[in-house]
Amino acid sequence: MPLTRAPHRSYARTPQRFRWANVLPWILLILAIAVSVLPFYWILRTSLSMNASLATNATSLLPVDFNFGAFARVFGLQSTQEAIAQGGSGADINFWVYLRNSVIFASISTAGAVFFSAMAAYAFARLRWRGRNVVFSAFLATMMVPPIFTALPNFLLIRDLGLLNTMVGMVLPFVFMTPFAVFFLRQFFLSMSREVEEAAMLDGAKHFRIFFQIILPNAAAPLATLALLTFIQQWNEYFWPLLVGNSDDVRVLTVGLGVFKSQSPQGAPDWSGLMAATLISALPVLTLFMIFGKKIVNSIGFSGVK
Amino acid sequence: MSSSTLAEQAARQPAVPPRQRRFTRPGWSPSRGDLPAALLFIAPALLGLSLFFLFPMLRGVYLSFTEYNILGEPTWVGTANYEAIAQDPLFWNALWVTIQYVLINITLQTVLALGIALLMQRIARSTLIRGMLLLPYLMANVIAALLWFWLLDYQIGIVNHLLETLGGQRVAFFGSEQWAIPTQALINTWRHMGYTALLIFAGLQMIPRHLYEAASLDGANAVQSFFRVTLPLLRPVLALVLVVTVIGSFQVFDTVAVTTQGGPVNASRVMQYYIFQKAFTESQFGYGSALAVILFLILALMAFVQMKFMRGNQTDLD
Repeated sequence: MPLTRAPHRSYARTPQRFRWANVLPWILLILAIAVSVLPFYWILRTSLSMNASLATNATSLLPVDFNFGAFARVFGLQSTQEAIAQGGSGADINFWVYLRNSVIFASISTAGAVFFSAMAAYAFARLRWRGRNVVFSAFLATMMVPPIFTALPNFLLIRDLGLLNTMVGMVLPFVFMTPFAVFFLRQFFLSMSREVEEAAMLDGAKHFRIFFQIILPNAAAPLATLALLTFIQQWNEYFWPLLVGNSDDVRVLTVGLGVFKSQSPQGAPDWSGLMAATLISALPVLTLFMIFGKKIVNSIGFSGVK
Repeated sequence: MSSSTLAEQAARQPAVPPRQRRFTRPGWSPSRGDLPAALLFIAPALLGLSLFFLFPMLRGVYLSFTEYNILGEPTWVGTANYEAIAQDPLFWNALWVTIQYVLINITLQTVLALGIALLMQRIARSTLIRGMLLLPYLMANVIAALLWFWLLDYQIGIVNHLLETLGGQRVAFFGSEQWAIPTQALINTWRHMGYTALLIFAGLQMIPRHLYEAASLDGANAVQSFFRVTLPLLRPVLALVLVVTVIGSFQVFDTVAVTTQGGPVNASRVMQYYIFQKAFTESQFGYGSALAVILFLILALMAFVQMKFMRGNQTDLD
């Protein structure tokens, strides 16, 4: 099953002749694209500037006094004196530790959520058992529950388990499933043909073999899309890691960025350093997007519209 | 052909037809179905559901009737928290501020997204364009917040320089009580408008072309066919977009936490930020839980009313 249905109109692909009536729409669309994309250029431009010179040349389209000092600062390669001379705050950011934590947090919760949600989706789509629809409705209903409502009690639970400021505590609420993943995969599993499965059963295969050798390989594309979306979501997660993972050895990048920002003295923030850190934090998502952009874009139609 | 929300699609999804059993597997009996295997397969997910969704919901409601400073044991205080909330000016302020944010957000976002979707439908459907519009949505809220904190800086932010060049005045986007909430809403609109446009665009693709041909044969112009054909048939998609936007924007937290932290004074202390402060900064977990219950009830009510009002589960295409 494709993620989005093909458009009705086959003429969509035929090249259009120039029409004056389309000039204004194009201008508006380009404006919308510019507003979406140009701020990212400004991150790059600022991160390659010398912080001390930004104030005098605020509108320059090119980096001001081009240098990599801001990145050196973020990576901890610059001495405090150097940093202050370039307009840095002298504040430290344990960038490599936060990066490592973000990678671990996002990868483990994604791997777990996708795998366990696939197992559940298999039970909901391919197995017959009493109570199936009731249990599935319970999963669906939790999609409507606002995270803040469960976050406070979940914080207490993680604390009671002694898991505050541990990676296990950070990952635990996400790793067993996400309601969206269960729903998403169930849709795909429902649409898979039964014949191969039945043939395998005749050969004596049990559910585990069917799941691992037939269902999972045949659902590689939707599984990959889901993993991609989940990873990006987890990479960007802020609230839960802020509550549970606030000590330096488990702090993730989003939380670290917030801390880095608040360390800048109010008078003169280290804009180049901040933008360099922002850029590097966004880099994994930007890279994934460059590689799998089409998959991500096409999955949007799925999330709401059939 | 229909467009509908996740939940309805799922509900409408026909149960898998009982398959013909042409063979008997060992260990299988008709009365049990696949129950043992199914239990094994849903066990991890069910554990997650009970431990981190169902149990915390019950516990959250219980805590809202207690006084609890995180240490020690919660003491039952009945409805005292709710009574205190009713007379808490900061709560009413948070609610009012959040409502302002939601209103600015949904209006701006829906109108802009609808416009962009119509433009794409009319002149360009390329994946590249859609991808560029989606880029802000993929960024963390924290990144969007820091980026705009820089762009909108009062002294050397590029936006204020542009405003001045165009003959306007500098605006203290984050520093003035008047602008704090609209600014938060603008950041959020920037992040979400492309995503929302893609949802609406997907809905537009579902409208059969012959309806427009029929309308134009009847002498309808572009504006008329927009209001008579496009808008009514988009209703289910718009209902979904509205529900998602409202529920999402009631829970604004990240951008506020990174930029204004509720200030200046209380101008941007939105509900979720207030809950966070009560529970974690002031260690009033019972009070915070009661606030969370209220937020939850508001969201549930909004979703219910919206779906009813917009008749989101029906489509005129059937």
